Amino acid sequence: MGIRERLSGNEAVAYAMKQINPDVMGAFPITPSTEIPQYFGAYVDNGEVDTEFVTVESEHSSMSVCIGAQAAGCRAVSATSSCGLSYMTEMLYVAASDRLPITLAVSCRALSGPININNDHSDAMSVRDTGWLMLFAETNQEAYDNYLQAMRIGEAVDLPIMICQDGFITSHAIENIELVETDKVKAFVGEYKPRHYLLNKDEPIAVGAYATPTYYIESKRLQAQAMMDAKDVIRKVGAEFGEMTGRRYELIEKYMMDDAETAVVIIGSSAGTAKAAVNELRESGKKVGLIKIRAFRPFPAEDIADALKNVKAFAAMDKSDSFNAHCGPLYAETCAALYANGVCAPKGINYIYGLGGRDVRVESIKTVFSELDKIAETGETGDTYRYLDVRE
Amino acid sequence: MTHLAKDMTPDVKWRDITPGCNIFEGGTSASVQTGDWRVLKPVIDWDKCRQCLLCAPVCPDMSIPVGKDGKRGEFDYFYCKGCGVCANVCPFDAITMVKDEK
Amino acid sequence: MAYNLKENLMKEDRFSGGHRMCAGCGSPIAVRTVLRALDPEDKAVVCSATSCLEVSTFMYPYNAWKDSFIHNAFENAAATISGVEAAYNLMKKKGKIDETWKFITFGGDGGTYDIGFQSLSGAFERGHDFVYVCYDNEAYMNTGIQRSSSTPHFADTTTTPAGTVIPGKLQQKKNLTRIMVAHGSPYVAQTTFIGNFRDITEKAHKAIYTKGPCFLNVMAPCPRGWRYPTEKLMEVTKAAVETCVWPLYEVIEGKYVLNYMPKNKLPVEEYLRLQGRFAHMFKPGNEWMIEQVQQEVDKNWEDLLKLCNM
Repeated sequence: MGIRERLSGNEAVAYAMKQINPDVMGAFPITPSTEIPQYFGAYVDNGEVDTEFVTVESEHSSMSVCIGAQAAGCRAVSATSSCGLSYMTEMLYVAASDRLPITLAVSCRALSGPININNDHSDAMSVRDTGWLMLFAETNQEAYDNYLQAMRIGEAVDLPIMICQDGFITSHAIENIELVETDKVKAFVGEYKPRHYLLNKDEPIAVGAYATPTYYIESKRLQAQAMMDAKDVIRKVGAEFGEMTGRRYELIEKYMMDDAETAVVIIGSSAGTAKAAVNELRESGKKVGLIKIRAFRPFPAEDIADALKNVKAFAAMDKSDSFNAHCGPLYAETCAALYANGVCAPKGINYIYGLGGRDVRVESIKTVFSELDKIAETGETGDTYRYLDVRE
Repeated sequence: MTHLAKDMTPDVKWRDITPGCNIFEGGTSASVQTGDWRVLKPVIDWDKCRQCLLCAPVCPDMSIPVGKDGKRGEFDYFYCKGCGVCANVCPFDAITMVKDEK
Repeated sequence: MAYNLKENLMKEDRFSGGHRMCAGCGSPIAVRTVLRALDPEDKAVVCSATSCLEVSTFMYPYNAWKDSFIHNAFENAAATISGVEAAYNLMKKKGKIDETWKFITFGGDGGTYDIGFQSLSGAFERGHDFVYVCYDNEAYMNTGIQRSSSTPHFADTTTTPAGTVIPGKLQQKKNLTRIMVAHGSPYVAQTTFIGNFRDITEKAHKAIYTKGPCFLNVMAPCPRGWRYPTEKLMEVTKAAVETCVWPLYEVIEGKYVLNYMPKNKLPVEEYLRLQGRFAHMFKPGNEWMIEQVQQEVDKNWEDLLKLCNM
């Protein structure tokens, strides 16, 4: 059952791509995702995949190539980070609007400026409203597993999907990983069968309309429905993947939440660090827990509200800032999720942390829990918008 | 519910609109009458026309049909916007632009 | 096969009426002519950059394209068709399709000379098998006649108005055709609408049926932006050619061929005076502008003749 390997997160994603053998890849290098097209280029040049490998002159063009290829009737993939993702932004909206289930691997990195090559989520969060599905991974294993599930999810709802992992932290660190046999991967992912595509000789189609106010909002409403429908699809595909591998996936992962009185809500590799903090605090008798967001798009509002409804205090951990003098995106959406679901008792604060690769230590997360303890005891949140581990 | 362009009326409901506003047919603009933009209208004097066909390729609106017999036919006033390029290019003054009485 | 206007016109148009381009616009003429150069049995995917052409030919749900069509954005038509062509190669390789498809991209001068130039250059360097057709109307017409790098010297546009201090656009037109030649493209040509359309039709056919990235630069006048009466279209293109403002030539595997040598090269005034965008050049005291444009046209023409070994 499975193949034991030691791979970096980037290589794991590239390997997943190889197993899937996608039709077209638009490729452009940017740290820290560069290794993905590098590994994949070697697969192409050694005849291990059939993929048309289009090495373009920019990320904008790599996404444009993906849009053209997917509209033409093929599975298209790409990989990027940071400013590359920003440069693609315009095309990300178009890919989603055109309802093209492209798969994009993102090794998350801080945005300029100042220029910084290390991890945070400012790149991914800056494109959170483009209409893409977004899954985040804590580990290399999850990056690989999420990638294998990506096309099943995207193609079921005709939306593009981003498979995000943390730049360097998982993209470059080598971990033990369990790979799925390639024949099983191929059977799980299946063939791409678009209903309408450019290269159908029997049905000419037109993609990329100019839509007047008479039609635009109806088209967006339909697109919004696809994102809503994706929640069940992600659960279903995650369950099916679990049957195959023993690794089940949901929209969120709850860790020690059953009797938790305080909790952190967190995304990506820092969840691992935070779990270590939870474990230590649990040993000392503290009722602490953690919610890891796997799907940020669609946003698992009901799941989060349900998981947090009995806590006294929580901290939403944002690895990017919205610079709105108020909070980061995860806090904003978490609070909205609680309010929308009638959960008003928990006190919540926001931490901006880990920007530009600032190390997140177990001690850092313990500090957060000790602040939550105070809030739980006093009922006073104090300042809700806080920076973690910044030199004062 | 079909996804034909003709069903994408201004009343179409969001569940029924084609995903992404994509259209799954070619040439659906054929039903759009652009002839009503016209102020002047080309009129051909068949006695003068020598079927040289120089008028046909200059038409921006496919309004000068050339048949299987290789001869041009009557203007397609459904599309013709009355630009007058055909009249100006005719070497035999067979096309006149006249005020369009609609 | 020798060109025959009648036979060419007997082919069915692959572009439909009911589009919303202005009366007398040059761009749909370029489009229908290029598409008529396709062999009827061949399939095609057409791509357009955001432009007048795009918003006028695919205003939902009305689509003027009889072939499959994709519009993506302003600056990436060449990259978009690259993806379509890559998909075709893959599907062909995997035996998913048998038929022959051709790939034709249209962009205005803004989408080609300017904002789309990076993706155009990239696609040509990579060598995709497609044709890029620039319908060059020498300004951003879709947004209301702003200057582009294709706008000619002294032209009066809405961002280079002929003012009391600055007399229109200060720069000369970028020579994109030669820049595309420098990419090593197997076929690059410059053309417009002349006479029986032999020049543009033959060039379109060569561009479509030459393997590799081919480029057609088609002068496609905009009556609104150039400010001439709509019916004068063919007079304007003829004057452009006869004055050598827009010479007709092609470059086959790097070899320049002049396709038309005016018997009497006309002075540039004959072209400029037809158009309101140059009207200020004819005001007393502004003769130097016309002289300067004449010198520039002469130099470009001499350079071209040298390249053609003439």
